[in-house]
Amino acid sequence: MPNCVDKKIIKETQEILSKFTNSKDNLIIILEEVQKKYGYIPQLAQVEISEYLNIPVAEIYGVVTFYSRFTTKPKGKYNVSVCLGTACFVKGSKEILERAKQKLGIEEGETSKDGKFSLDSTRCVGACGLAPVFTVNNEVYGKATVKKLDEVIDEYMKKD
Amino acid sequence: MKTVEEIHKIAKETRKELELRINTKADTREKHILICHGTGCTSSKSPLILETFNKIIKEKKLKNVRVIMTGCFGICSKGPIVIIRPEDTFYSMVTPEDCEEIINTHIIGGKRVERLLCKDIKGNMVDRLDDLAFYKKQKRIALKNCGVINPEDIDEYLAFDGYKALEKVLTKMSQDEVIDEISKSGLRGRGGAGFPTGKKWLFVKQEEGKQKYVVCNADEGDPGAFMDRSILEGDPHSVIESMAIAGYAVGANKGYIYVRAEYPIAVHRLEVAINQAKKYGLLGKKILGTTFNFDVEIRLGAGAFVCGEETALLESIEGKRGQPRLKPPYPAHSGLWGCPTLINNVETYANVTRIILNGSKWYASIGTETSKGTKVFALGGDVNNVGLVEVPMGTTLREIVFDIGGGIPNGRNFKAAQTGGPSGGCIPEEHLDTPIDYESLAQIDSMMGSGGLIVMDDSKCMVNIAKFYLEFTVSESCGKCTPCRIGTKRMLEILQKICSGNGEEKDLVKLNELANGIKKASVCGLGQTAPNPVLSTMKYFADEYKEHVVDKSCRAKECKELAKIVIDETKCKGCDLCKKVCPVSAISGEVGKVHKIDQSKCIKCRTCMQKCPFKAIG
Amino acid sequence: MKEKLVTLSIDGQKVQVKEGTTILEAAKKAGIDIPTLCFLKDINENGDCRMCVVEVEGRRGLATSCIQKVEEGMIVHTNTPDVVSARRMVLDLTLSNHHRDCLTCIRSGNCELQALAIKYNVQEVKYDGEKAKTEIDDKSPSIVRDFKKCILCRRCVSTCKKVQDIGAIDCAQRGFESCISTVGNISLNDSNCVFCGQCIEACPTGALHEKDDTEKLREKIYDKDVITIVQTAPAVRVGLGEEFETPIGENVQGKMVTALKRLGFDKVFDTNTGADFTIMEEANEFVDRFTKKGKMPMITSCCPAWVRFAEKNFPKQLSHLSTCKSPHQMFGAVIKSYYAKKMKIDPSKIFVVSVMPCIAKKYEITRPEMEADGIRDVDLVITTRELARMIKQDALDFNNLEESGFDDPMGEATGAGAIFGTTGGVMEAALRTAADVLEGTDISEIKYEQVRGEKGIKEAKLELAGKKINIAVVSGLGNARKIMNQIKDKKCKYDFIEIMACPGGCVMGGGQPIKSSKIRREQDVRKNRADSLYNIDEKSTIRKSHQNPVLIKIYQEFFEKPASEKAHKYLHTSYNKQNKYDI
Repeated sequence: MPNCVDKKIIKETQEILSKFTNSKDNLIIILEEVQKKYGYIPQLAQVEISEYLNIPVAEIYGVVTFYSRFTTKPKGKYNVSVCLGTACFVKGSKEILERAKQKLGIEEGETSKDGKFSLDSTRCVGACGLAPVFTVNNEVYGKATVKKLDEVIDEYMKKD
Repeated sequence: MKTVEEIHKIAKETRKELELRINTKADTREKHILICHGTGCTSSKSPLILETFNKIIKEKKLKNVRVIMTGCFGICSKGPIVIIRPEDTFYSMVTPEDCEEIINTHIIGGKRVERLLCKDIKGNMVDRLDDLAFYKKQKRIALKNCGVINPEDIDEYLAFDGYKALEKVLTKMSQDEVIDEISKSGLRGRGGAGFPTGKKWLFVKQEEGKQKYVVCNADEGDPGAFMDRSILEGDPHSVIESMAIAGYAVGANKGYIYVRAEYPIAVHRLEVAINQAKKYGLLGKKILGTTFNFDVEIRLGAGAFVCGEETALLESIEGKRGQPRLKPPYPAHSGLWGCPTLINNVETYANVTRIILNGSKWYASIGTETSKGTKVFALGGDVNNVGLVEVPMGTTLREIVFDIGGGIPNGRNFKAAQTGGPSGGCIPEEHLDTPIDYESLAQIDSMMGSGGLIVMDDSKCMVNIAKFYLEFTVSESCGKCTPCRIGTKRMLEILQKICSGNGEEKDLVKLNELANGIKKASVCGLGQTAPNPVLSTMKYFADEYKEHVVDKSCRAKECKELAKIVIDETKCKGCDLCKKVCPVSAISGEVGKVHKIDQSKCIKCRTCMQKCPFKAIG
Repeated sequence: MKEKLVTLSIDGQKVQVKEGTTILEAAKKAGIDIPTLCFLKDINENGDCRMCVVEVEGRRGLATSCIQKVEEGMIVHTNTPDVVSARRMVLDLTLSNHHRDCLTCIRSGNCELQALAIKYNVQEVKYDGEKAKTEIDDKSPSIVRDFKKCILCRRCVSTCKKVQDIGAIDCAQRGFESCISTVGNISLNDSNCVFCGQCIEACPTGALHEKDDTEKLREKIYDKDVITIVQTAPAVRVGLGEEFETPIGENVQGKMVTALKRLGFDKVFDTNTGADFTIMEEANEFVDRFTKKGKMPMITSCCPAWVRFAEKNFPKQLSHLSTCKSPHQMFGAVIKSYYAKKMKIDPSKIFVVSVMPCIAKKYEITRPEMEADGIRDVDLVITTRELARMIKQDALDFNNLEESGFDDPMGEATGAGAIFGTTGGVMEAALRTAADVLEGTDISEIKYEQVRGEKGIKEAKLELAGKKINIAVVSGLGNARKIMNQIKDKKCKYDFIEIMACPGGCVMGGGQPIKSSKIRREQDVRKNRADSLYNIDEKSTIRKSHQNPVLIKIYQEFFEKPASEKAHKYLHTSYNKQNKYDI
């Protein structure tokens, strides 16, 4: 029998689903909503979506793992993301990324053990004028340096 | 719903109010404070600046001043940007703390705040936006409204001929006349490959079938390109209007805009614009009192570069993995859910309304023999003026990089310009005078691409750059076909081997063979063009590849395993700066005497190289 | 309407083909065998692998011959240096990401990738590098997935999704990390996979195969304290020979029986007799439900993949399934009860082995219901392929073996039992018995042509004893789902439905010899094997299950009558809802 957490996910996913018709092309929009809600896409949610849209769950998993915005594991409370778009790369964003790995003690795509930080890289957030750029959740930090990254992360480390 | 007359009235009245936006001599006591709300300036807190201005104005009970959010002005590296109209004073790098002074000195006092004025490369103060060298060689067609109107206010769009083109085609032109006009204009797809737009429209129109679709490709995936995003952020209605025009021309009544979810501001503005257009009856049923129905829906891209490929995009709209389809059949014949589908990119659409209003002759008079009109570039990398530029086709790269872009910063030299992103090539100095159009870029092993233009100075290693693009392609390959899925990975492995100092000469042969094979055998455009960055650098910077492989050295010192950073004894003045900045204390030497780097400690971070005022380290 | 013809040139030869023909098919007509790898006709037509590329004059890039259609005046070149070098590169790259342990691979000798490597004389892999995935999923009793061998052709995915409408696996991740995966990469055992094994039949390499139980079996055969009794399903005898190069579908029953005896089994029985038991029970169950207005329609239950499918997908419709066990389970139960008693053997000493064309049967014997008095009906299942493997290991010269018959007293089976191995066979066999029961006579017209043939859904209206009966014969789970949805929506007009999970029935089961994409394209494997079974039926002296003297005797001595209490204990089973996924 599903436990309470499972039941909650099932119920909440059903609530999200009720906003959409069961047309198959709604899959990505639905996944976007689920990702927004949980910070990742739980397997149980995938099963619920599968039943609703009548798409095999393996196919949904295929879609989830295809698009980089979707994750199957929860991200950290603060997701640090370093832009590796060309403009940022040319301006040295690889070094920023390396520093972030060092500083947070995690690799790209990982979440710290306490669940506070996760790290990934993105391809162009569109703020090329400010290159190199990194973001923490939705906050964009432009003209970044290793020093600036240190300061910003230190700030977040102090937060809850 | 508004009647045609009501819309005309709104347009006329708003236009009067907005005269000062484009006319420095406008007869008005009003002042408009325009604040860029593109992604770049928004990231540097421009919404807070807007808020602060409004607060001060309210506190001081000022009249005749309006604060307006606009789209991108173009010169992003100077952001956040504030412009005061009608005098067109241009303040750069404004902070919320500066607002008070701008209001007091400029708005109330009538004097410029000199410290906030922008300086050009030579250090001269620039008063007006248009006086900036950055704008001198530009011609704004697609970006016409960007930075002029409030993108979230349909009335402002209407004021500048908005939806007039749609009215014209619906009331005065037949479907064929519209297509004919687009064909004659010479407009070609701005997404990269440059297929004639009119022809594409004609193909879709000729298809039988009741249900047809019009799609806007706004999945700007090229890392380092933000033209489409800026258009959507600055002038969303122009894209929506053009899609409706296309819908009319090809016989479709449903449109989809496929836009990256990574562009939240663009998505928001599109949503606002679509809702406003619906409210005014400019989308929906019986548009402008005619029998034409047209609706637009937004679909979000979820982070896959390959979805910029048109058939992959269609798959994605259908809710599937964005894996390209085999062509033929082309989307014009069998697209969304098997129905005839027209796909154009944002910038292509942005040109359509202007062509309809100004005529194909006017449009065809701009540009080169084979490439008409203008092209928007996202100029970035090692160049002084980073930003968005729109130039007539045929402008040379040199003009863009040096005149508009202001040249290379930090006293460095130009090494290469990269166009076409991961599908394009690196153009060396010898080709800087190539006029930009589809054909000539292809001739020098690059491509127009969607408009990313990244400048690289001589501190960049071209093998490393090729590796960077391959890393991108490998991580973005959809995995469908063998050559791209495994082949690009193998190419990357060879490049990694070369960059780590283990390359052999036969690796260069292999790399070349593989690159050419992948080009031929891959299913889609991504795979077919993925080897381009490698092939073009191998062609123009062959000596660098050789150095990596034979001499085991990287002249730019970017490939750490190959780099040996040393201090030139003849240049070192013993200023001690390098010693201070070295993070691992690898540098020793007394002040005033020649310094030395302990190679066993050096981590090749290049900090000392960048800091040395005498360029003694390399 | 007359079909339009298209003329084109392939390697300088003029070819005329019907409009809509692919370049690949047209080339075949010109005597050119373009190599393919991911292509599986009508099932997997994606053009992903790029092996079949050709040059079409005037077209940019290389064309995908397996999909692209011919056009009037087209000029095709299939062997230019560009084409061949592209194919070589594709092959090299594919091999570079493949664990090339051919010598120890279950598919060595019957691997499409290996065949291409031989054809193109690959002596070294030029672009070797990192390999993608290396896990093995062998949790289920039926199937093993070996990621090291997967070349991402997606033939399994298309089969699972398009043919079977299951979608247990799909392509996940992207780029070099792409892989075929279940949701969250859980084991197939915990997924909605029903073990039909059609993916194995589709796989060109050794990435998917049955769980091999031959070693386990050999130990039992050589265990002196154990009496090993083997039974063979009807479809095995028309598939086994193919592993020894006989024509497709040739009936090798006699040699097979000799081989089994030589392998060391103590007794060799025929599952066809088990099938006769199934008919006795099932036909009577049908007559009972039909005349007493029981749960209708009634659906056959001899296919374990179908049963697992129903339990996972249609839990509320399970009462439509006949409660009959499948033939080999019934037969195992009979062996361990009636036969053991009669021969005075301790049933716990008997080890019943079923040779099946099926991998789901490996799972079926593990179902908790499949026992009586704590004694399991069947102890081990091996597939046709595993039997061939054992015969080869024992160095038996199969083609030159003498023929021999099944052992008494259970060897005698009817033609009705034989046709169980093909789609429509169970229905036809059941109708022969049901008709006699309903009419109360021995009807001479016993051929039901309406239920024969390759169609996925066949239907017929019959009149038996003055009553109209609507029947349907369904093969392939995609078709089964359609019918089940009709039942769910209460729109089903049938009274009696036969369902087999594999398209074509057991002759095309997931345990049968694997046929390459080329053979599947060029020959009708199903028809050859099915015809062979119908041939056995034709030649049988007894062709109705209820007339089988062995059965009559056992019912007299043991079960009394169909559906008796004893019959229920040994020959019937029950069904329960299963979770679609264990996550």
